Amino acid sequence: MSMIIYPLAFVGGFVIMSLELLGGRVLAPYFGSSIYVWGSIITIFMLSLSLGYLFGGQLSLRRPSLKRFGIIFLVAAVTLYPLVYLSEPAMVWIFARIEDPRYGSLLASAVLFIVPTVILGMISPYSVRLLVETTERAGHVAGRLYFMSTLGSALGTLATSFYFVLWFEMNTILVLLTGALVAMGMIALIAHSATATR
Amino acid sequence: MKQLLLTALVAACALSAMSADARVIHRERSLYSTILVDQRGSLICLQFSIRRDQRNQSCIDKRHPQEMVFTYTRMMMAGLLLNPDPERVLILGLGGGTLPMALAELYPDAKIDVVEIDPAVVTVAREFFDFEPTENMQVFTQDARVYTKRAGLRGETYDLIMLDAFNGDYIPEHLMTREYLEETQKLMAENAVVVANTFSISQLYHHESTTYQAVFGTFFNLTSAASANRIILASNMAAPSRSVLEQRAKALAPRLRKYSVQPEEYPRAMITKPDWDTSARVLTDQYSPANLLRGR
Repeated sequence: MSMIIYPLAFVGGFVIMSLELLGGRVLAPYFGSSIYVWGSIITIFMLSLSLGYLFGGQLSLRRPSLKRFGIIFLVAAVTLYPLVYLSEPAMVWIFARIEDPRYGSLLASAVLFIVPTVILGMISPYSVRLLVETTERAGHVAGRLYFMSTLGSALGTLATSFYFVLWFEMNTILVLLTGALVAMGMIALIAHSATATR
Repeated sequence: MKQLLLTALVAACALSAMSADARVIHRERSLYSTILVDQRGSLICLQFSIRRDQRNQSCIDKRHPQEMVFTYTRMMMAGLLLNPDPERVLILGLGGGTLPMALAELYPDAKIDVVEIDPAVVTVAREFFDFEPTENMQVFTQDARVYTKRAGLRGETYDLIMLDAFNGDYIPEHLMTREYLEETQKLMAENAVVVANTFSISQLYHHESTTYQAVFGTFFNLTSAASANRIILASNMAAPSRSVLEQRAKALAPRLRKYSVQPEEYPRAMITKPDWDTSARVLTDQYSPANLLRGR
């Protein structure tokens, strides 16, 4: 089980920060690269993650399984992919209605990033639930999971800002992130059916 | 020749002003950079970096405040050869305010809009560089891309657009894409010209060139051995011939003398033939790693 969940948590963390970094580039053509654009993005990501933690923990109370864990990844992928098509029209719409780039960028980040980031935030608490078997090992397991997902976040940030933006278009990166989430979701589902049939 | 010597002398003064014995008279951390003002003799210079070896962004010689100390600032005035009589001017990036002050003086009736992202730069320009908006001048503290987009929606147009926003350590990548240039194009009146102060070295040179070419077609490239900058002069009209440029330069020369700008030098240095890798990928909002390309 842990052989699967740690890598999945890693990918979850990777995608979150890669997406956050892309967020700044998505917004820049409409709202600039002023300090408040980054302020908006970070605010929305933190807010979404906090909600995701809450919902993920809540979800883990009801019959936790690898299958449901995998479904979180697939739902995240499904909510992430539309950004490829929706970012432009959404920002055009907001730009035309909100003059102040502070609130414009805040609303744009909310519209574009809240849903996928809330879902991605659910991964961490849910993986803790799947891995913790005894109370005395709970902290140990949680620590390792935070390690993996935050390490993923660090590498997601680095890879995106140093290399991905140099190699790929933004939409290509979004597709790759979606693909990674789908792959992780499928792995979880396959592992679930494998353990169920054994 | 005498003019040339004088220019060289001024440049030498500017260079020596960068040495360590310049006295820092103002240091400020703004939202976007570290602003440093130093003084050496009558020369006051503005820098946007903590590293003292960084080239100065803008200088003013208090004894000859109208003189343009830097080669690239003078080169930007070559835009007037493509449109000698601008009525509406847009300047993106304030620096010490050298360009807007000179243009306001040359064209007192022109409406000049200046866009500067950093409010601290506006304050410093006023305090140390004699920048003072005239009656026909407006300063907008805003991101240049946002300003451009909004002005486009309002249907505003300009005859001369000067892009001088690439001065700090970090290049604003959203000001270097095809989409941005297309938005700028929307602001251009029929005979308008865009003058951009950009980079002459690194991979960025090639990518930026193909991007401007994708939007404007043929453009003038103005480089100088005395400067690491290159000036792009683009318009939607057919490029005027060398002899037309030379005539205009001659006519403008007396008025530009006091800024130490010698427009007669520019026509022969304004090249339209590509000297870049024309296969370099065009920069777009989707693909714009300008800062990474600069390091290559």
